[in-house]
Amino acid sequence: MIEVITDLIAWFADPVNWQGSSGIPARVLEHIWYSVLATVISVVIAQPVGILIGHTGRGGILAINLSNAARAVPTFGVILLTFLVAGIGLVPVLVALVVLAVPSMITNTYAGFRAVDRDVRDSAEGMGMTAWQVIWRVEIPVAMPLIMAGIRIAAVQIVATATFAAVVSLGGLGRYIIDGLAQQDLTQVLAGAILVAALSLLTEFGLSRLQKAVVSNGLQAESEEASMEAKLEGSTG
Amino acid sequence: MAQSFFDWSWVMGNLGEIWAQLAEHIILTVVPVGLGFLMAFPMALASIRWPRLYSPLLGVAGILFSIPTLALFVIMIPFTGLSKATAIVPLTLYTLLILLRNTVEGLKGVPSHVREAAEAMGYTRTRQLFRIELPLAVPVIVAGLRIATVNTIAYVAITALIGQGGLGNLFMDGFLRQFPTPLIVGLVLSVALAVAADLGLLGVQYVLTPWQRNPG
Repeated sequence: MIEVITDLIAWFADPVNWQGSSGIPARVLEHIWYSVLATVISVVIAQPVGILIGHTGRGGILAINLSNAARAVPTFGVILLTFLVAGIGLVPVLVALVVLAVPSMITNTYAGFRAVDRDVRDSAEGMGMTAWQVIWRVEIPVAMPLIMAGIRIAAVQIVATATFAAVVSLGGLGRYIIDGLAQQDLTQVLAGAILVAALSLLTEFGLSRLQKAVVSNGLQAESEEASMEAKLEGSTG
Repeated sequence: MAQSFFDWSWVMGNLGEIWAQLAEHIILTVVPVGLGFLMAFPMALASIRWPRLYSPLLGVAGILFSIPTLALFVIMIPFTGLSKATAIVPLTLYTLLILLRNTVEGLKGVPSHVREAAEAMGYTRTRQLFRIELPLAVPVIVAGLRIATVNTIAYVAITALIGQGGLGNLFMDGFLRQFPTPLIVGLVLSVALAVAADLGLLGVQYVLTPWQRNPG
């Protein structure tokens, strides 16, 4: 056990592992690049749908069950299958990551909109706000805790799942784990696992700060509660 | 094209293998969820008895849950090699967050007048827990078990990368041979298993909570 730890320290101390296209900085950047891309695409797809369903209240049952259904689908298998269908490249991995992130975002945004007090909505309409104004100035700010909780949980899941990009010959931090397993190099495997876990926890921490910043001060308690709920209903990548 | 994408003759020729992996997948799901519940239950009782424990316990379970699956699996290798335990320990740890939280919330959700009535009837603390509070908490606890089970079924496949895997072995077989059929069979069976387990647990809840059934 002590040997494992000293090997790990030596691995992290070795300048070779910090240089070039397979060095730690390059792998971290690749991992972040896949994750940011997948998260942004997911937000662009999921949020308008969630807002539309949440505002109109139509399709609510679909929105609620979407994230339950998504939990049953093994991410790992989806990535391998999209790879067999589409071949080597970033696209199959992105498709799989997006398909897995979108449902929980829709579910949370929908839940956020539904939690907006009817009276608040009615008074906004009574004041003569148009539908757009109600959405932008009333519903979205009030639903923000759940919207952000959904994005946060999906992003953490994406960072975790992006590890599997390495299985289908892409880069990212999964490379160390997959190559290490293939070469029976336990030190490299563990270093990769530590890096992925650290990046994942950092993402969670960073997004919780962002959530604090964009959620109205009066809703911070709700925001914490919503994040816990979203995490409990969610899945690790 | 359609024929090469899905090959029924492979399915027919490998029913034994498919069945074996499915059985393995079920074992790798039932054991962690069962162990997880055995761990979460005393933790939940302790959290109710000593409320200051709850938040730190939930915090630790939450951090464990945020660790990517593949990372936690391989971190186990120095301790347990490529044995079944390498799959089972992380899978068990992942269930703790939802099981602990739902058991606590379920038990806390028992109305205080019910608790007082039981006390007035002379129930001891232990008898009250098992005869009154636990049965009333069943719907919330089962909701937690359903989420934990469905999640676990999806994670098991990943352990194919560390020599376990159940249906995940069919994924890897299809992937390595560039032959989609086993991969599709594995995916379909994995989703079907999750749906069946979810419905099964709903059935358990139905049996355990006769008072919740609508008359007529």
